[in-house]
Amino acid sequence: MSASPSTAGDAQGYFDELVTAATESLTGAEVLLANVAGERTDFIRLNNGDVRQAGTIDQRVLSIDLIEGQRHVAGSISLSGERRSDDARVMALLARLREQRAHVLDDPFLLYNTDTVSTERVETGAIPAPDAALADIRTAAAGRDLVGIYASGDTYSGFGNSLGQRNWFQSATFNLDWCFYLRSDKAAKNLYAGFEWNEDAFAAKIDWSARQLAALERDPVDLPPGEYRTFLAPRAVEEITQLLSWYGAFGRRAHETRQTPLLKMLVDDVTLSPLVNISEDTGGGVAPNFQSSGFVRPDRVPLVTNGVYTDTLVSPRSAQEFGIATNGAGDDEEPESLAISPGDVPTDAVNEALGTGLYVGNLWYLNFSDQAACRTTGMTRFATFWMDDGEIVAPVNVLRFDDTAFHLLGDRLEGLTDSADVLLDTSTYGQRSTASQRLPGALVSAMRFVL
Amino acid sequence: MLIDSPVGSSELEGRLRAALPADVDHASARLVDERAEHLRVRRHELDPIFNQFDTGVMITIWHGGGIGYAATSDLSESGVARAVDTAREWARITAGAMVTTAAPSGHAVGSYESPVEVSWDSMPLADRLDLLHQQSRLLGIDDRIVDWSASLVRREVDQLLLTTSRDGGEGRVEQRFRFLYPGLRATANEGTNTQTRTFGATAFCGQGGAEVLGRFGFGDAATRIAEQSLELLSAPNCPSGVMELLLAPDQMVLQIHESIGHPLELDRILGDERNYAGTSFVTTDMFGSFPYGSDLLNVTFDPTVPGQLASYGFDDDGTPARRQHLIENGVLVRGLGGEVSQERSGVPGVANSRATSWNRPPIDRMANLNVEPGDSTVDELVNSIEDGVYMHTNTSWSIDDSRNKFQFGCEYGQRVVDGEIVGTVRNPGYRGVSSTFWRNLTGVADRDSFTVMGTPNCGKGELNQQVGTGHASPACLFADVEVFGGEQ
Repeated sequence: MSASPSTAGDAQGYFDELVTAATESLTGAEVLLANVAGERTDFIRLNNGDVRQAGTIDQRVLSIDLIEGQRHVAGSISLSGERRSDDARVMALLARLREQRAHVLDDPFLLYNTDTVSTERVETGAIPAPDAALADIRTAAAGRDLVGIYASGDTYSGFGNSLGQRNWFQSATFNLDWCFYLRSDKAAKNLYAGFEWNEDAFAAKIDWSARQLAALERDPVDLPPGEYRTFLAPRAVEEITQLLSWYGAFGRRAHETRQTPLLKMLVDDVTLSPLVNISEDTGGGVAPNFQSSGFVRPDRVPLVTNGVYTDTLVSPRSAQEFGIATNGAGDDEEPESLAISPGDVPTDAVNEALGTGLYVGNLWYLNFSDQAACRTTGMTRFATFWMDDGEIVAPVNVLRFDDTAFHLLGDRLEGLTDSADVLLDTSTYGQRSTASQRLPGALVSAMRFVL
Repeated sequence: MLIDSPVGSSELEGRLRAALPADVDHASARLVDERAEHLRVRRHELDPIFNQFDTGVMITIWHGGGIGYAATSDLSESGVARAVDTAREWARITAGAMVTTAAPSGHAVGSYESPVEVSWDSMPLADRLDLLHQQSRLLGIDDRIVDWSASLVRREVDQLLLTTSRDGGEGRVEQRFRFLYPGLRATANEGTNTQTRTFGATAFCGQGGAEVLGRFGFGDAATRIAEQSLELLSAPNCPSGVMELLLAPDQMVLQIHESIGHPLELDRILGDERNYAGTSFVTTDMFGSFPYGSDLLNVTFDPTVPGQLASYGFDDDGTPARRQHLIENGVLVRGLGGEVSQERSGVPGVANSRATSWNRPPIDRMANLNVEPGDSTVDELVNSIEDGVYMHTNTSWSIDDSRNKFQFGCEYGQRVVDGEIVGTVRNPGYRGVSSTFWRNLTGVADRDSFTVMGTPNCGKGELNQQVGTGHASPACLFADVEVFGGEQ
């Protein structure tokens, strides 16, 4: 799509100019923290190989926390990219924040970085023009029922403060998240994402999906509720770790207030399997290494070591509230680059390792049956197969499981695959996500299905 | 300039109108301005007040068999012109490759404004903060209550939809929404037992001003919420078994949403959502004959309910909205699909083509989806139960991608035996199958328990979108449901 003067290419300089101008307007002992998040995204939504919706999103949001002593108020504005207009909006926002600050008391949990550690990470890419990408996708989809979304372009985020710190993260990526559908709910799910579109790599992905689609053509079977030996592919493991993350399993606030689903690890010294090592691996991820109060994250925070609870993600507010040091977590204290170390089950021989049981490619819509006990429910989705002696017998109609991570990643975990997949988060709520997980598959001796 | 909405600015409207090209089949500019204030007191301390101001426009062009979207927050003359060029280019690229080329028919002219009885601005910020601190004191009443909070979110959203087409037609729809989302939460803990009670989860919200607080009894709820969180600590786990299930309105919200609302969305039935939100067990041939529920089940799409979260005058394609039955006396009669989906599917629908904001194209969404009241009192329903559980306030939800096999968890349960409530149970949950569950509806309470609520964050779509949907319901009774409790 044609470039505009307000593309991400000049976003870093523009952000610096806005923060500098806002800093010059501060009075007395005011301190300003600013964050920007933006994207210029081309998107193509597809159904049955044709375009359902396609277009471009050009957006940027500036957030400001205006501090005086321990009193502060925050706000955000969308930026137009036009300097005079944006300066006026920033000044209007600052005026409103000053007005509201008069009504608030000292915030005992306020903490921001005062060591000016500036960083920059810019990942450039070779992304095809939208019409070229569409042509490639439609060619690959010919004769098949392809449904999904292609999104590409620059995303960026920055931090700046009135103390002179500047942090910048920018990447140009593409992401094709799609299924080949066979019929009703039987589909082969796949993802092709990266910085550089490669036709051979894309063709390999298409070939993998086509082979899985062929396996789905057998008549599906209904399995009765019960316990089954199960292999969870990395995408299925991701659903479990994502649910745990959303509900504070790795966050300090949820631990301190006893809301973590890993509560039994704190109170009863329950452990996961000694095979399980979980960390926040910022150094190996694709997310920014700084957070909204200006703290720079360590490359790695160990969360569970050999199955034993080790540490949590601590936001600046939690650090103040609970009297510990922050490790640069965001306010939500959720991992953005979670990693589980691989094990020793050969990835290319998981079918043989499973033998007879369920191969679960994807799980879906997880939630808790009993959060304090980490009892979790959810559905199988897309390609789930019944295997006999390492061979596919038939696709399985959707099943509801109800089990706990203390079994699935605990006493019933037989092994993890010897390689881990990098799974980019395809979420686009508000803006394209930069989160990712690096996960192996998990071989489980028994998983409980209830419906 | 942050406080005054650009919707209503004649200069900006003139700029957008002038930018819409006259040489294309159909074009629209959808301007959205959102202003929000987030207030929360947690454990007696005020979180940083957060103010949100977001403005932008979505340009859409239908031309020559293609459709293009371009969203921008640059509302300058050159910014809007670039967006028009971008949308036009997308229409060129997609020509001949579209699932559908249907454009909204006609050009609507009209307006809508949320009913506001007591302006939120009549309550100064200091008073709003005092109210939250007061609630915090009522919540944090015991050392076993380890976390608690009181919150208020106020949102104002103004929208202007301008349309034009080659034949010279022009439309203009202006809508001004005022929302309030109150929240209360208390979490109690003893050992490995943690229990949370809330103010209707997130369901007690709506359009209006400060009167929304009184609508749900915000000022009287904190003490009950705190006491019930403590009560749950010593309550037994909900029993397991197949039994009768009475659902309070603040659980019915999610039951309606997940197992009636989503399955009836025509874009799911047409396959648009299969890669993300999922498909549906409902097929186009079921409309007009499928027995979705017992004959007690009457479900309306009703964007005209005053003060409900998703009331509006027009959807984001400009289609006028009105009350229509989706399920009548148990029979499925109509789907949840806007004009485009109706044309694609041949199924009758409603005015529900909606976008989360200026930066997303509209798709089929729920709006207000309500179970109409019956003629039993809640006491009569309780008295009719031999062996069952009365569940309140959603805390967990999960359903398969065809919206059939579901499981829900609630915050608070009451055991009912031989027509009497005999005690409180914790971690109550139940599971079932949509296509059979609603046929086991055996009782619908009357208007006394009918509560007008909403779900603020319904996720769907690629690109992902979150919108507010409204749900109203009385308490409802179901037979032969698989019920369970915690641990096991």
